[in-house]
Amino acid sequence: MHPAPSIILFTTLSGLGYGLAAVLGLGLLDASTLSAKLAHVAALVMIAGGLLSSTLHLGNPQRAWRALSQWRSSWLSREGVMAMATFVPLTISAWFAVIEGRYLPVVGLVGAVMCGATVYCTAMIYASLRSIQAWNTGLTPICYLLFSAAGGLLLSTVVAVISGSSSDLCAVLALVAVIAAWAAKSAWWKRLRTLVPLSTPESATGLGNIGHVRLFERPHMNDNYLTREMGFKIARKHALKLSKMAILLGGVVPVALMLVVILGGSTTAMLAAVLAVLLYACGLVVERWLFFAEARHAVMNYYGD
Amino acid sequence: MTSLPSLPTPKKLGLVIDLDVCVGCHACVISCKEWNTGGYGAALSDQQPYGADVSGTFLNRIHTFEVVPEGGQVIGEAGDARIVHFPKSCLHCEDAPCVTVCPTGASYKRAEDGIVLVDESKCIGCGLCAWSCAYGAREMDLAAGVMKKCTLCVDRIYNETLKEIDRVPSCVRTCPANARHYGDLGDPTSDVSRMVAERGGYDLMPEQGTRPTNKYLPPRPRKPLAASAGSAVLAENTDGAKGFFAWLDGMLDRI
Repeated sequence: MHPAPSIILFTTLSGLGYGLAAVLGLGLLDASTLSAKLAHVAALVMIAGGLLSSTLHLGNPQRAWRALSQWRSSWLSREGVMAMATFVPLTISAWFAVIEGRYLPVVGLVGAVMCGATVYCTAMIYASLRSIQAWNTGLTPICYLLFSAAGGLLLSTVVAVISGSSSDLCAVLALVAVIAAWAAKSAWWKRLRTLVPLSTPESATGLGNIGHVRLFERPHMNDNYLTREMGFKIARKHALKLSKMAILLGGVVPVALMLVVILGGSTTAMLAAVLAVLLYACGLVVERWLFFAEARHAVMNYYGD
Repeated sequence: MTSLPSLPTPKKLGLVIDLDVCVGCHACVISCKEWNTGGYGAALSDQQPYGADVSGTFLNRIHTFEVVPEGGQVIGEAGDARIVHFPKSCLHCEDAPCVTVCPTGASYKRAEDGIVLVDESKCIGCGLCAWSCAYGAREMDLAAGVMKKCTLCVDRIYNETLKEIDRVPSCVRTCPANARHYGDLGDPTSDVSRMVAERGGYDLMPEQGTRPTNKYLPPRPRKPLAASAGSAVLAENTDGAKGFFAWLDGMLDRI
């Protein structure tokens, strides 16, 4: 699948934003501190930025509002509805934190749950597609949720360190979440790499009972929308290397840095926490890029790869 | 509404494609493009039509496959491998994932005849329906930014201003080999249903759970290469020549 930069940016940015908003909603940070107030605003900006970026790949973005109508059947529509609805508790929470320095537990908890639900809807857009076997697994939403939670906890560790309040709880939770997220992702990758294809050129053409089916001639010489959109395979040969780099950058190093945050002094902790977030974000972008680039679409059975 | 019709549609209009007959001439591709670029919805645009990197939106494409039987040989053009031309367009699935994934309600399956269509005035061009389709039946028009797909020539089949013989999809009307057939696959007595029953018509990728309406008729069995070996060898020698040819053979040998 073609890894569209707008979608990669959207899923990583909004994932981090929802993660941070959920942590804020759970009340893990002191709402009266300046950095927590900024965190509320930052979460909203990341979510809104992600959503705006997701409209960039549309052919007719002026009609994007229509995407809120088909929540009965479409995960994409559900995501849109949940994203809009989640702004309500998040904005109320942010308002009370920024203006009054107060944490509202009920609104916060509702917001946190809705953040999770929105990320789940995003993941299900991919996980519900049978035509893309790599994504069509319950592990996909688990990975998305854990990556979002881990990102939010890493960001909240930075916020806690900056505000000078105790950051140990956030750092420990972040450490656990990062490990859990990459463990889930490793299981996802293991499944992908041992996958027996659901559909083959034989089942796609129905000619398997005659013999082995091989593409002899494409319908046309050049690429078309389908081969550009679903036939992406540049750097698939580096997939294994890239996935190891993603685990190192986004998993191993941030975990080590969280240990530094827990054990180190305040300046070291701050540097370590910020570096952890930056590296985690890089690892996540690589992971998200691979999520698309590695996924093989069933239609490619008709195009010989 | 992107929920699928709850009951089986009373009619299941679709195509039956005979892989034994298709000669791979691509006439249906051209006639489809020609009819549909001026018909239902936005035109089927081409990008750089006269440039080096030509591409464009098509609703019907012909792939060509080589099928090699178990233990078969591939020797030049006369091997055991057989060439199968394979036309592919929307299969108007009963369980169409392209319909249910649509966030706007642009994609829908008609309750009366099962045709899957796109209401382009509602399409935002997100491309998710094309992702959901295992068959590659949907292509985004890059000029209009909306999703295009086979309409089963809905603007022909019910069009009373056309002569009755023309009230079939453009690809079916055009096919010079008669490899494409149109009809109601929900009616077991229709010509297309009988054809499917007699020839063992099948679904593409049944494992995708989409229950396509369109059916494909398999190529008829062909004798293996070894069975034709005798005549191939005969062409090289003159054993068994009689009469005038035996005399001519002898004369030519003497020269």
